[in-house]
Amino acid sequence: MGKQAFDEIMGTPGDTTARPELAALGKWIEDTPDAELRRRQEAAETTFRQLGITFAVYGENEAAERIIPFDIVPRVFLHDEWTRLSDGLVQRVEAINAFLDDIYGERRILKEGILPEDLVLGNAQFRPEIAGIRPPHGVWAHICGIDLVRTGPDDFFVLEDNARTPSGVSYMLENREAMLRLCPELFREFRVAAVDSYPDLLLETMKSVAPHGTGSNPTCVLLTPGHYNSAYYEHSFLADSMGIELVEAADLVVDDDVVWMRTIAGRVKVDVIYRRIDDDYLDPLVFRPDSALGVPGLIAAYAAGNVAIMNAPGNGIADDKAIYSYMPDIVKFYSGGECKLRNVETWRCREPQALKYVLDNLEDVVVKLVDGSGGYGMLVGPTASKQEIEDFRAALIAEPHRYIAQPTLALSTVPTMAKGGLSPRHVDFRPFVLSGSKGVQVVPGGLTRVALKEGSLVVNSSQGGGTKDSFVLMADQSQRMNAGGMSQTMGGMTQTSGAQTSGGNS
Amino acid sequence: MLSRTASSLYWLGRYFERADFIARLVEATVRLDVLSSQPSGDAAWASALAVTETDEAFAATGVGIGQRDVVRFLTLDSSHPGSIVRCLDMARNNAKAVRTALTREAWTAINRAWLLFENRATPGSTTSQLNLVEAVKNETRGFEGAVHRMLRNQTTWFIRLGQAVERADNTARLLDVKYHILLPEGERLGGAIDRDQWTTILQTVSAVTAYRWLYNDGLRPADVIDLLLARSELPRSLAASVEETVDVLNLLAKRTGNHGEADRMARMRASRMAKTRSGEVIASGLHQYLQAFIAENALLHGAIGRQFKFL
Repeated sequence: MGKQAFDEIMGTPGDTTARPELAALGKWIEDTPDAELRRRQEAAETTFRQLGITFAVYGENEAAERIIPFDIVPRVFLHDEWTRLSDGLVQRVEAINAFLDDIYGERRILKEGILPEDLVLGNAQFRPEIAGIRPPHGVWAHICGIDLVRTGPDDFFVLEDNARTPSGVSYMLENREAMLRLCPELFREFRVAAVDSYPDLLLETMKSVAPHGTGSNPTCVLLTPGHYNSAYYEHSFLADSMGIELVEAADLVVDDDVVWMRTIAGRVKVDVIYRRIDDDYLDPLVFRPDSALGVPGLIAAYAAGNVAIMNAPGNGIADDKAIYSYMPDIVKFYSGGECKLRNVETWRCREPQALKYVLDNLEDVVVKLVDGSGGYGMLVGPTASKQEIEDFRAALIAEPHRYIAQPTLALSTVPTMAKGGLSPRHVDFRPFVLSGSKGVQVVPGGLTRVALKEGSLVVNSSQGGGTKDSFVLMADQSQRMNAGGMSQTMGGMTQTSGAQTSGGNS
Repeated sequence: MLSRTASSLYWLGRYFERADFIARLVEATVRLDVLSSQPSGDAAWASALAVTETDEAFAATGVGIGQRDVVRFLTLDSSHPGSIVRCLDMARNNAKAVRTALTREAWTAINRAWLLFENRATPGSTTSQLNLVEAVKNETRGFEGAVHRMLRNQTTWFIRLGQAVERADNTARLLDVKYHILLPEGERLGGAIDRDQWTTILQTVSAVTAYRWLYNDGLRPADVIDLLLARSELPRSLAASVEETVDVLNLLAKRTGNHGEADRMARMRASRMAKTRSGEVIASGLHQYLQAFIAENALLHGAIGRQFKFL
């Protein structure tokens, strides 16, 4: 195995005990036999299978459904770590919103030369059709999934911004359910911030961005491409937990710039659409004419201000990987302050000097297509074969503007169940940030993805990655640990176990 | 409620009911074939195909009639649209389309039934055949229980509507085919085989005990027909299915204000049914009666689709 990485629970490489704040978790790991951890993990996966918490794998037959492997050892954020992260996330998402508003409006950032004009206006993710349209309340990136990685105690980096249709929030919620059921002792030991308010916050966000004059109870729907989509489970899960209709394009009709859904009692006006369909397929009259997934006339209704679409059409420009490298400048431009969350160093291959560096160091870097996703179309230099490297070299020389490159990072690890017992595996993290008319908020938690193969840095579920629950510890953790570590609450009464009856060590 | 949702719920009810019926039919036929005092052999399997109107489709597979192959065809054959696995697949697809309308319990029952068939290639021994159909019956029962614990609103009613329409069709087919084609040439009416066959019919609709409670006269074909046709106490009888259809449509009309052709058809059928005497039906031709019933049920199905604007 290569160089050791920072471990979220065990701490700096070489440490044999857990980080001091997580001593109880370290003890839990030590005291719980592997067989027991494995049994609980299997119980969780059986439940996921029975509940159909699955994702479809493209390229296999239609019935192919898999569960995402679940790992029983949680990843933990200390309270102050989370506070810093969450400040940075709010700042970043506010900037993304401002950026989108600007790019499809005045374009100040281009006029001032912060970003090269062709990078934005010539970008495949830029939608000229949207220019001049302003979404209700000026909110664009209602739901952002910001992918983060960590390399050391204080080193968090943003890997990617997802401002289109980020997935994974259902796993965040289901993983927590599984952990509550299977490892309740951990929740007695640690005060973990709850994530189950997410659907309520999402619905609140939806209602808050309804077009002006809609009334107090806007009709919100979730638009899905249908049950063959890989994230369908999530779509239905979210609609279900918000108590709103899950609609397909065929359920909607636009008449006189108003969106209606077809019900058994006739048409009902729709005010807010959480769409989980890409821009390209949203409205065949504006984007791809061959799309059967879309709703003809939807964009016209949106432009007329009669419906809110979240995330706003055209958002792809904000999470494009070429734009990403400018994000520190973008944040600075709109917030006036330094970017609190760092970017991973990024070479833009469109720039000749950067290209030269990348070509000279292909064995050490990760090369990505600017419009790729899901772990496809990328080269991980250190683990790639000679042939793969040469193929990428040729592709880079032919179309350098399509690629960026980043150093391979020593992503942090978390102990994870492997064949021979617990063993460190690399993780990343996707928190979910909600923007409504009243501001930006972060749900205390997110989705931790884990590479199940030893040494692998690829965590995507489509590439065989798994997930873990992500604990965010609450502020008064230490008090609880000192005072209540041994007590059990039963029906409102507190019983102190053991012979010593002193109230802790205060 | 979205029209598409209503349609999916209705079809979910139909397909799940159909899967349950085929499971019962297979079980009853296995008993008839293997366990009765005088095994009836391939004739029993031919009649199981006839009940589901799949005799031609089976013949097209080129395989001869025999327990193992017919069971495989009716349960596991994914190329046969009437097999249990395909019914469950369709039920599950409809359920997935309306995941938001179902409770976890209801969805889990459907998904578990579907998982029974995962990686299953052969029906196996008679015991494992019986185990499989028993498991299907357990899951469908679990689903019914879950449906009854859901909110009593349109969601539940559309599922129940689909179930009632399907059940009416299934019972009518069972009665029709078993009555007319089962008895082998030269076999005596009221003989051992005849008795076993009537018992099988009762088993298929879980009514052996019910029969004993209602008729204390030993097994008489006319009474079995009376039970399945006219006694609304028996949930799977035509009378009960017809009443259920009217009731559910009434509930839907009250809640949605949607009232029309389907309600009228269902009510007319129910009032006609209330006056029906099974003895008269048998005298004037049970087969014609059942054929007309099945056709009318299909018309009602069409009217329901129009009334609720199914896509």
